[in-house]
Amino acid sequence: MISFNNVCKRFPDGFDALKNIAFTIESGEMVFVTGHSGAGKSTLLRLIAAIERPTSGSIMVNGQDVSQMKKSAIPFLRRNIGLIFQDHKILFDRSVFANVMLPLQIGSFDSKTAAKRARAALDKVGLLNREKALPVTLSGGERQRLCIARAVVHRPSILIADEPTGNLDAAYARDIMNMFTLFHQVGVTVLIATHDATLLENTPRRILALNHGKLAA
Amino acid sequence: MKTWLIQHWQAFTFTLKQLLRTPFTSLLSIVVIGITFSLPVGVYTLLENLQSYSGKMVETPELSVFLKLDVTKTEEEEIRRRLEMQELIKSFQFIPKDYALKQLAQDNEMAMVVDNIGHNPLPDAFIVTTRRARAEELDQLRTNLQEWPGIEYVQFDTDWAKRVDALLNLGRLAVVILTTLLSIALIVVIFNTIRLQILTKREEIEVSKLIGATDSFIQRPFLYFGTIQGLAGGMMAWLIMVLGIQLMNDELAVLAELYATDFHLKHLDFEDSISLLAFSAWLGWLGARLSVASYLWRIEPK
Repeated sequence: MISFNNVCKRFPDGFDALKNIAFTIESGEMVFVTGHSGAGKSTLLRLIAAIERPTSGSIMVNGQDVSQMKKSAIPFLRRNIGLIFQDHKILFDRSVFANVMLPLQIGSFDSKTAAKRARAALDKVGLLNREKALPVTLSGGERQRLCIARAVVHRPSILIADEPTGNLDAAYARDIMNMFTLFHQVGVTVLIATHDATLLENTPRRILALNHGKLAA
Repeated sequence: MKTWLIQHWQAFTFTLKQLLRTPFTSLLSIVVIGITFSLPVGVYTLLENLQSYSGKMVETPELSVFLKLDVTKTEEEEIRRRLEMQELIKSFQFIPKDYALKQLAQDNEMAMVVDNIGHNPLPDAFIVTTRRARAEELDQLRTNLQEWPGIEYVQFDTDWAKRVDALLNLGRLAVVILTTLLSIALIVVIFNTIRLQILTKREEIEVSKLIGATDSFIQRPFLYFGTIQGLAGGMMAWLIMVLGIQLMNDELAVLAELYATDFHLKHLDFEDSISLLAFSAWLGWLGARLSVASYLWRIEPK
């Protein structure tokens, strides 16, 4: 499903974020990416969604070579990936509901089906009663859940989350992790970057440990 | 096809909502575009009116063809035959010299002069009525007739028509220059509006790209915005023209009455109106397109 082959990423300022990374994640697997801050976790996730391009090596996602992918093909790659960001990237000028609708509008669903799906996704993360609210009135945990609802509403086969429990207290974090486990159980490939040790203890999964851009054996 | 329509409809309604959300700003830029456009359109309308008025005056141009005094009957017949074959000529009338003299003698003063001369100094003549034609064509016809045997002189004054034509051409050139300059101004106005919009929507564009929006999806609302603004500006220009012509016609009516003529300004005809709207919409689209092309690609997800 996702495989890295001798992937290196050097930023224009000469910093080597990733060095010779190689791994394979099977379809339906749930994997954690860990490491100190600056170890290259985010960069690794961003390479999968072609937000960054590798300096060398190849990255296969769903049988497509992302490293060689044409710019015009990237949107269609991303429609198959649900992205959850550390900084949420919620749009504050529209309601919770409208935020979740966005991926469906891009995928050009008709508005009835889209509304139904958006409500289902909001229900899944427990925000259905807040659909008309403006995101600014949401708490940190609720914003994270909104971000998750937006990431899964178009039913992607891969879910990528960058520090999804970053600023949340333990109870909220557990909540969020349970949600990811549920998605994993229905067959979604889940990839979560975190430095939260307690999170790893509670949910034993395969771990890709990064250390200064290198994959620990 | 269906999804394509849905996407366009969504972009269109979204744009309209966007315009209505800031009604004052939208109206302001539409007024600016409208006023900008009403200037060349106004000059153009005036020219069209002038042309149709001057056209009315040469609608039935007459040439006076004077025959030589010693013209023979065969030559006269030949001229008659050849006149009939000329395509430009609608009709002609033969005025024998005796008839012309009689006409002249009806005037008391002239009657005395005619009596004094004692013989008829007038030539036979044809009064030729032509079809409506351009001044150059009529000029050409006159030169042709001039060379026929038996014809002394062909009188037709095209100078004034040429002068009007030259003035109209000058006016048209002015319209072209005005339109070009103001079109560029309009493109710049729309370009800048869209640029500001793109910058304020930076986050939305970034997020859209992250969740798989294609470039054409992201561009669409901006292109619609530019097109709709251009179109609305064109409508505004059209309305300004209606109002202006109405006001001028009220004053012109007084003037025309003093000169005992019926002269009033006509508004743009249907075809010109459609052209105006299409052109302004296109300019709006172009401004938006240029803006999108130069700013959208800079916004990449970070």
